[in-house]
Amino acid sequence: MREQDPAVRGRNFNEVPLGYTETEAQTEARRCLQCKKPLCVGGCPVIVQIPEFVNLIAQGKYADAARKIKETNALPAICGRVCPQETQCEEKCILGKKGDAVAIGNLERFAADWEMAHGEFTMPALNPKNGRKVGVVGSGPAGLTAAGELIKQGFDVTIFEAFHEAGGVLVYGIPEFRLPKDIVKKEIGYLLKLGVVLERNFIVGRTATVDGLLGEEGYAAIFIGAGAGLPAFMRVAGENSIGVYSANEYLTRSNLMKAYKEGADTPIIRGKHVVTVGGGNVAMDSARTALRLGAETSTIVYRRTEAEMPARSAEVHHAKQEGIVFDLLTNPVAVLADNNGFVTGIRCIRMNLGAPDESGRKRPVPVAGSEFDIPCDVVIVAIGNSPNPLIRETTPDIAVTKHGTIVANEADGRTSKKFVYAGGDIVTGAATVILAMGAGKAAAKSIGEDLAKK
Amino acid sequence: MPKILKKESLSELVYRYRIDAPRIARMRKAGQFVIVRATTDGERIPLTIANANAAEGWIELIFQVAGKSTKILSILMVGNEIIDLAGPLGRPTHIERFGRCLCIGGGVGVAPLYPITYALKAAGNEITTIIGARSSNLLLLEREMKELSDRLIVCTDDGSKGVKGFAADCVKTLLAEGEKFDFSVIIGPAMMMRVTSGITVGAGIKTTVSLNPIMIDGTGMCGGCRVTVGGETRFACVDGPEFDAAKIDWDGMIKRLNGYRSFERTSLEKHNCIVTGRPA
Repeated sequence: MREQDPAVRGRNFNEVPLGYTETEAQTEARRCLQCKKPLCVGGCPVIVQIPEFVNLIAQGKYADAARKIKETNALPAICGRVCPQETQCEEKCILGKKGDAVAIGNLERFAADWEMAHGEFTMPALNPKNGRKVGVVGSGPAGLTAAGELIKQGFDVTIFEAFHEAGGVLVYGIPEFRLPKDIVKKEIGYLLKLGVVLERNFIVGRTATVDGLLGEEGYAAIFIGAGAGLPAFMRVAGENSIGVYSANEYLTRSNLMKAYKEGADTPIIRGKHVVTVGGGNVAMDSARTALRLGAETSTIVYRRTEAEMPARSAEVHHAKQEGIVFDLLTNPVAVLADNNGFVTGIRCIRMNLGAPDESGRKRPVPVAGSEFDIPCDVVIVAIGNSPNPLIRETTPDIAVTKHGTIVANEADGRTSKKFVYAGGDIVTGAATVILAMGAGKAAAKSIGEDLAKK
Repeated sequence: MPKILKKESLSELVYRYRIDAPRIARMRKAGQFVIVRATTDGERIPLTIANANAAEGWIELIFQVAGKSTKILSILMVGNEIIDLAGPLGRPTHIERFGRCLCIGGGVGVAPLYPITYALKAAGNEITTIIGARSSNLLLLEREMKELSDRLIVCTDDGSKGVKGFAADCVKTLLAEGEKFDFSVIIGPAMMMRVTSGITVGAGIKTTVSLNPIMIDGTGMCGGCRVTVGGETRFACVDGPEFDAAKIDWDGMIKRLNGYRSFERTSLEKHNCIVTGRPA
């Protein structure tokens, strides 16, 4: 798919890929062999009927293609942009053995975008209302998907969102240039048209507790999709200096609070020299945002090598093209600051990959005496997130792991507490949008089954 | 959206708003706060809940106009709606029957002090209160605090009312008089809390302060409000906002408060320019 030139896109917040023309889409769709036993479908966490929708695009039936995708995937415009297809459906594509896999992600995006631009809204088949209320905690991908399924089953669905704007990571975490917020708004708008109620500024655990919702408020079941929004810090000296941001804070200021726009009410320090610590998608998003906010240099510091980086290879590739410097096998040891507490640099140490640890991965080991300083004015810490403790602390009888995640079957979302379900990052720890969506779907099915028996 | 039911000006820059917020009023405990946005695309700011009535379904916020966001908030009228209001947030104050409590409020810090003092009194504590301000016209809630206190001391920097001096000086005087306390809570500007708690902690009094760092989300997801307490990083919005004064890295906390001074200045200047048509 054609993309914006790296030198240009590194300074704007527009999307990198430019989308397919109809001709490009049909040409790509016709490459699909329409395998009798398609391997791609098994690579999709929500089992999208891939050969079918690709075939519809090949025939020029774009609205039908979008509807086909929506039979199993409620948010195709989002998934088409952020799914790591290269390790999911596209990895299984038989054409990928000898050449390029069919560009399934790009085709999904094309169909979804086409429908958004041209499609008329048609109400899908909804079961008659059964008079029961189900509450969904969190309006990120898990919650949105669960809500979409539950409303079709005939429940009265309310989503409780802590922030003033719905979308979870889709709005606060993933930047505008990877996922335009307009698209997220439209997807959420679709759910509201189906009858889902959205309560914003509602923090479950404080504004009401899970037990309160199940008790006095009469909710028959609760799905917890509150995500993994508690940032990990490095625990090095100087970490609380001015200019050290968790990636969550940096991205929330920029994306949700629109600090990337000149004159926004919420400020953000636009560092000239920005160092991002971490190797996942969040680190890539942070480093690339820093560039777009005007940084002269944007550097990634990661303690292992590129092969171990969890980020999507496509995003690492985009980052490199934009001129982001990768300081691999490097780990921070301290943040340096001036007398007023403002960051002046980050002291790092070189690493080597030593003997494997219990997980089998080579453990990074510091090289004695190899400390060096990188001068910078902003440090972004993108080394991972875990679940916010609020829900587990206010729902004392729900089983949790020592990492703070809620114990739930990944296949059906059931927790240790009756009529309470969970899915997405709050169960797995930080993962992907599509996995969260799969979990939301599975939990909605379980809720339907369990409440039918009640 | 929550409507403003009542609006009062308590002093030149300080306002008290009564806001229709039944859920927050029901769940709220002393010491907790809300996150407020006055305009679409506005900043999220934390404000302590000064008072609440669960039966009538309202909360009260007392705030001082400091920058653009509070300035815009201050021009809203009764009947207007607050765009976003989320809460109650933060850990409630730990209330117990300590014995003799020394409650100290500086400037607009008296607002959050009131509900805590109320709860301490209800728990059977003996209350000595010190409230201070730069000048007599800036003293807040004097009558309300007097009703709660067994002894009330008022102080002003310029001596226009009560004792001339700072709250810290009043504490020194009390200690010199031989007064003993089992617990102290101090709320006010960061420097005031630092200096005053220095005296109470030095005298061996268990002291709690309510910190006011910059906040963005208020729900524990960003770490912007982090402070070092007892050598560990804590988030003021979910672990606090109250902490043991003896364990706080005051230096670090106060430095972080200055992180956006230049932005704040520019933002207010631009706002004034747009509103008045004149450069600041």
